[in-house]
Amino acid sequence: MAVQTAGETGGRKASRFSEEGSTLGLILKYAFLAIVVGFLTFSGWQLLQDGSYPFAATFFITALFITLVYVRRTTVPLRWIAPGLIFLILFQLYPVVFTVYTAFTNYSTGRNVEKAVAIRSIENQTYVPEGAPTFNWTPLQADDGTAAIWVINPATNEAFLAVPDQEWVPASDIEGLVLGADGLPTTIPGYTVQANNQRFLFVSANQGITFGTEEQGAQVTSSTEAKETRQKYVYDEAQDAVIDVATGTPYVNQEGIFTSAEGQIVTPGFPVNVGMENFTKILTDPAFRGPFFQIFIWTFVWAFLSVLETFILGMFLALTMNSPNLPMQRFLRVLLILPYAIPPFITVKVWVGLLNPVLGIIGTQWNPGWFTSPFWAKIGILMVNLWLGYPYMFLIILGALQSIPQDMYEAAKVDGAGPLYQFRRLTLPLLLVSIGPLLIGSFAFNFNNFAIIDLYNQGGPPMPGGGVAGFTDILISYTYKIAFGGTRGNDYGLAAAISIIIFIIVGAVTVFNFRYTGQLEEVSENV
Amino acid sequence: MSSTPVIPSGSSRKSSGITMKSRRRLDTTWRLLVALLFIIYALFPIVFVISTSLNPSGSLQTTRIFPANPSLANYQKLLTSQQNPFLRWMLNSLIVSTTTAIITVALCAVAAYSFSRFRFRSRKRLLQGLLLSQVFPNVLAMVALYLILQQIGRYYPMFGLNTLGGLVLIYLGGAIGFNTWLMKGFFDTVPRDLDESAMLDGASSWQTFWTIILPLVRPVLAVIFMLSFIGTYGDYLLAKVMLSNTEKYTVAVGLSLFIGQQFGQRWGEFAAGAVVAAIPTLILFYISQSQLQGGLTSGSVKG
Repeated sequence: MAVQTAGETGGRKASRFSEEGSTLGLILKYAFLAIVVGFLTFSGWQLLQDGSYPFAATFFITALFITLVYVRRTTVPLRWIAPGLIFLILFQLYPVVFTVYTAFTNYSTGRNVEKAVAIRSIENQTYVPEGAPTFNWTPLQADDGTAAIWVINPATNEAFLAVPDQEWVPASDIEGLVLGADGLPTTIPGYTVQANNQRFLFVSANQGITFGTEEQGAQVTSSTEAKETRQKYVYDEAQDAVIDVATGTPYVNQEGIFTSAEGQIVTPGFPVNVGMENFTKILTDPAFRGPFFQIFIWTFVWAFLSVLETFILGMFLALTMNSPNLPMQRFLRVLLILPYAIPPFITVKVWVGLLNPVLGIIGTQWNPGWFTSPFWAKIGILMVNLWLGYPYMFLIILGALQSIPQDMYEAAKVDGAGPLYQFRRLTLPLLLVSIGPLLIGSFAFNFNNFAIIDLYNQGGPPMPGGGVAGFTDILISYTYKIAFGGTRGNDYGLAAAISIIIFIIVGAVTVFNFRYTGQLEEVSENV
Repeated sequence: MSSTPVIPSGSSRKSSGITMKSRRRLDTTWRLLVALLFIIYALFPIVFVISTSLNPSGSLQTTRIFPANPSLANYQKLLTSQQNPFLRWMLNSLIVSTTTAIITVALCAVAAYSFSRFRFRSRKRLLQGLLLSQVFPNVLAMVALYLILQQIGRYYPMFGLNTLGGLVLIYLGGAIGFNTWLMKGFFDTVPRDLDESAMLDGASSWQTFWTIILPLVRPVLAVIFMLSFIGTYGDYLLAKVMLSNTEKYTVAVGLSLFIGQQFGQRWGEFAAGAVVAAIPTLILFYISQSQLQGGLTSGSVKG
């Protein structure tokens, strides 16, 4: 029974899948299912309202999938897999799809919400019209720390509780309200009345905030007065524009930003499809083309040299340590792989300290420009990565050496092969066969090794005229800077476009690796 | 290690016993010398940072390995600093890494059990899919992940941008594919006779999984937990993208920003922080040293 054939397994399929438990278990199962599916559907529905269609669809499909898997009897094995699969779909597969979508849009600072959300947010903006009714107000603080005000209309003497984004509550509707002698509240359930000396602070902290809704709301305009506000913009679908209610000026949608004829804009904006623009920008815009190609080349050089240097040192050490006569083998090995045990976010910074030209023990003795010279910064990073990376190579090569059959060496010796010849014609080829896939994996890893590049010198020194680009930047750190590090705003669309280029390169390398090792084919044959 | 082949250890052509012996001694000596040389190389930055952390003057130029008057002043300064809540960062890192590692192990274990023990129509497709999903490391989708968390945060603030919850979701998405694949391999090595006989005795799949398989694969679960923990703890990019508030930083982001450009003033404190931040992974490394070595070499190298 040690080796089970597929036929036997298939024959027992029916009995194995019938595994319903007790009634309580069943109830728990369906309750849990209802919660998960309900949550997914509700989230999807909310996303749909905001016009985030692909994400909404992902949620709906996931909900449907879960329901089918847990209700149908034939899908019992999938029930075990489904929980993990939800995360895989939502946070691994969907992000890839969304990256592709983003690459064809102008998603960026100022254009970072969906159209429906942008319009809703613009329609929520209010202004204080001239001659608007004036109220007296008292500062309040809700128990959760948010601000609210108590407003009194001096003309009618009506009083209300006004909270942002909620309708005004008339004083008569508040249970447990206690008014003081001056007609102002002393106790409001859920709120604390602020002292009068808080008024100035309150005004400056709540500038532009409307207490109430756009139908009925007020802003505090001075330490004693609050003025009624009105909705400032209305969206007109026919023109695809928002109209300023007071002046009648239309702000027309131009590539995701509502812009008036005079060029004034209303924020927030939303991303729109721009086709291949991001890709053509990388290839033709002089501000990107030059830096991009330099970074592109350096990324390959960097990844290749990183693998090469760590492989050479790792192999040298593995060959050295691979001797039965060596005392304290285990202990020496542990010391040699110690750099592997400390996270790079610590060790890279320590190396940066050592190389620091003013303070570092190495940098003060020898400083060819570890952080300022384009060439020596690259040498410096490669040096640091050698230290970080050789223990991994050492470990895997040591393992691989032990799988080379001893009798091969015996045979080589009989044939009169010297040690160097043995190494060149026997050890090295066999090593490359067995750890080749790991070398490719290491290449892919270093290709995207953001941490070391960013921690060493943030990709610097900067490339003259290259915008955010630096001489040691690799594609992923360049992507990061375009997306999150720009001083002139963040261009998510462009960053996503570069991500796709990296996807294609790394994907090709990895698929080649799978092919090479036959891992994908292995799935079908192994148990 | 007794059967290890001696690679370029000199030829062993017929020679007298005495030269054999001295040759072997010579061989061992140069190996030891090389090892010692590179151990110095490996340890130099580590020893250096420990010594700096104990040096109250915080100077980098001391050439002595042991500071003249060692003290814990740097540690005290680090732990009491108001604008750099180092303990908070450590706590955040531990929360995020532990949560991610526990959920990863739980979800991957059940999925791996199914892949290992059941035969079903879409099995092969799904397994290939798991493997192929690794073609797209999720750091590459950082822009999309950022925008997705921004969206989620509008409805569920706990899982939005700049939250530990959101960060955990992202780490989980990236961890599950590979670890399920890895764990399935280990589950396959547990003999099927065991669960077959349990099934014959009337145990359900869940009972078999829980009482028979799980106790057997406990070492594997520990390894996956540690790998996942170490991976999450050391992540720098995604944490840096998603977290923007000093209070929310993980130690990876906090420590690197804290040193920033001010090496001179903060070197001593940084060294203290580096030593403390290295402790969790060093502990795990120490515990898992043998398993890690075995797992890395046996699991990933095709012999």
